[in-house]
Amino acid sequence: MWKWLHPYANPEVSYHFCGKLIPWLSALSLLLLSTGIVWALAFAPADYQQGDSFRIFYIHVPAASLSMGIYFGMAIAAFTSLVWQFKLADASAAAMAPVGATFTAIALITGAAWGKPMWGTWWIWDARLTSELILLFLYLGVIALHSAFEDKALAGKAAGILTLVGSINLPIIKYSVEWWNTLHQGSTVSKLGKPSMSVDMLWPFLFCFLGFALLVGLIICIRFRSEILTRNSVRPWVKSLVAEHTSSSKVAENK
Amino acid sequence: MSIANLSYRAVFSLVLKRDLTIAMRHKDDIINPLLFFVIVITLFPLGIGPEAQTLSRIAPGIIWVAALLSTLLSLDRLFKSDHDDGSLEQMLLSPQPVFILVLAKIVAHWLITGLPLILIAPLLAVLLHLNEQSYGALMLTLLLGTPVLSLLGAIGVALTVGIKKGGVLLSLLVLPLYIPVLIFATSAIDTAALGLPYSGQLAIIAALFFGSLTLAPFAVGAALKVSTN
Amino acid sequence: MPVNQSTSQSTPLISATSLTCIREDRLLFDQLNIEINAGDIVQVEGPNGSGKTSLLRILAGLSQPFEGEVFFSGQSINQSQEEFHQNLLYLGHLPGVKGEMNAQENLSFNLALHGFVNDSTDITKTLAKVNLTGFEDSLASHLSAGQHRRISLARLYKSNARIWILDEPFTAIDKQGVHGLEQLFKAHINQGGCVILTTHQDLLTFEPSQIKKITLDYVFE
Repeated sequence: MWKWLHPYANPEVSYHFCGKLIPWLSALSLLLLSTGIVWALAFAPADYQQGDSFRIFYIHVPAASLSMGIYFGMAIAAFTSLVWQFKLADASAAAMAPVGATFTAIALITGAAWGKPMWGTWWIWDARLTSELILLFLYLGVIALHSAFEDKALAGKAAGILTLVGSINLPIIKYSVEWWNTLHQGSTVSKLGKPSMSVDMLWPFLFCFLGFALLVGLIICIRFRSEILTRNSVRPWVKSLVAEHTSSSKVAENK
Repeated sequence: MSIANLSYRAVFSLVLKRDLTIAMRHKDDIINPLLFFVIVITLFPLGIGPEAQTLSRIAPGIIWVAALLSTLLSLDRLFKSDHDDGSLEQMLLSPQPVFILVLAKIVAHWLITGLPLILIAPLLAVLLHLNEQSYGALMLTLLLGTPVLSLLGAIGVALTVGIKKGGVLLSLLVLPLYIPVLIFATSAIDTAALGLPYSGQLAIIAALFFGSLTLAPFAVGAALKVSTN
Repeated sequence: MPVNQSTSQSTPLISATSLTCIREDRLLFDQLNIEINAGDIVQVEGPNGSGKTSLLRILAGLSQPFEGEVFFSGQSINQSQEEFHQNLLYLGHLPGVKGEMNAQENLSFNLALHGFVNDSTDITKTLAKVNLTGFEDSLASHLSAGQHRRISLARLYKSNARIWILDEPFTAIDKQGVHGLEQLFKAHINQGGCVILTTHQDLLTFEPSQIKKITLDYVFE
């Protein structure tokens, strides 16, 4: 059933495939994001309850959703590596984790920025933000573990195991944090929730969400290609690519 | 001498006995984490103030956080020595299933670190003016929860045993995984203080226990194979 | 890179195809094919750092190669791991001896781990074979590195594993000990086992033609 995937187990094939995707992803994400963000920040209606500060929602929610999506993407890649010995997936942690960590940080910062006009504090221990914070630690753990290994193949495998363990724990952590939050609810009920959206808010939101998602895909493709090159540096196809690139840039310099 | 196909039980007790023998001849490993547990707990009244009401309110959290940190400190010995002298390699190359070897080592670890913690906790709870109704919950949560700490911690150590100065990295890897146990254990103890039933929280900790008991040894085995490469 | 050819028709005891090993961005060996049959004694040779230990570890299944696969009696060792481990004895640089246990306990555990139910008389006899009589009750932390090595080598006298992979087995062993070990190797291969080893010393008991060689010739630039 998965036979169509087999050619992509070859690093060179995957490298060139990602290369083909990059221009499309760049164009689409640029288009969607530029439209979406301008629409969201300038033209969409202000929320009747929260006013203009609500606009940060258009960035916060996509960032938070993507931060979790990327983690599960990493977990799936780790699964294919460990169960089906899909060696290429060992590069996934290195390619995806920093992107995921960045988006988690964006979600945390935008969440805190949203909180300031709402509750007057820069930080609040609500379930959402606390879970995002713990997710950030999970990401940092994967990144730190990966960089602690000299051998990249081993690094990828170790990071993969950690990601899988983390992904099983993540729902449990989220559940326990939500539960903890209901237990310790103070007098101010705080909820970074999604209010019911009117149509004129839904469209800019979708544009932003898709735009960010494609941006993530783009960055991961670029990073993935770079990882493939590093891990296969002894192979002749990599060496000839590097030689081509150096000679062409030398030619460009001399002109 | 006869060649036998060792049963799981035989392999388990073989490795368990070996690890306990080694630990008994190296009593530092038992005493140091325990002392750490005691000292950390003693620091809190000094840092926060000796008011019985305040201490009593935060006692469950302090005891459990101290237990987490103390377990973290003791995890290093689980695989480090075996990794350094080549015993770990030999265990991985033996015909015995890795998950049994790993389980035996983790049980030995819990007997050496978790069990003393459980036994000394009531004394420390007195120092923190823990609510009288909470003692049962304290013991039960520790009984069910400390094995989870050993099991999940073993995954972290297995991943970092081959790394120089892996100890610092270990905390980053393992502490997020400990959060659910922490939340439900402290909640159970708090609920007990109000005289309310806490079986719900205990059930969840028990679920975490059984879940990690079945899954962690395999993750540890996979991680050890990576670390001994 | 020389390829080890076998003249035997039956399935090789241990074999490997397309083995490629990269350490610290250096390609140590590439697309190496190996076939080792019952009755073979194989010496892996090459300059320091050429990947001899790495190759032995890959054959033992401890390390994963960058590319390639290892087979035990025709089956991938990842598939038939238990059977492979039952037929493998690997002794690497580290002796696998615990300082907190005495020689007796160490050997007893190592043998039991590999399925040999034993008692103290068995152990005393085995330790005698490696000249450790009288040291049974000494804590390993009080013994020398050479004595540690002899405790780990003692397993060879009680092994029924067909494949012996030994990384520098003669380190810190005296001439008499080396001779005894070579006799042991001879008996082992005559019974249908195989020995794969690295050593800086010459194997005096064997005719040069008897020893199959795998030469790794990576050179540092």
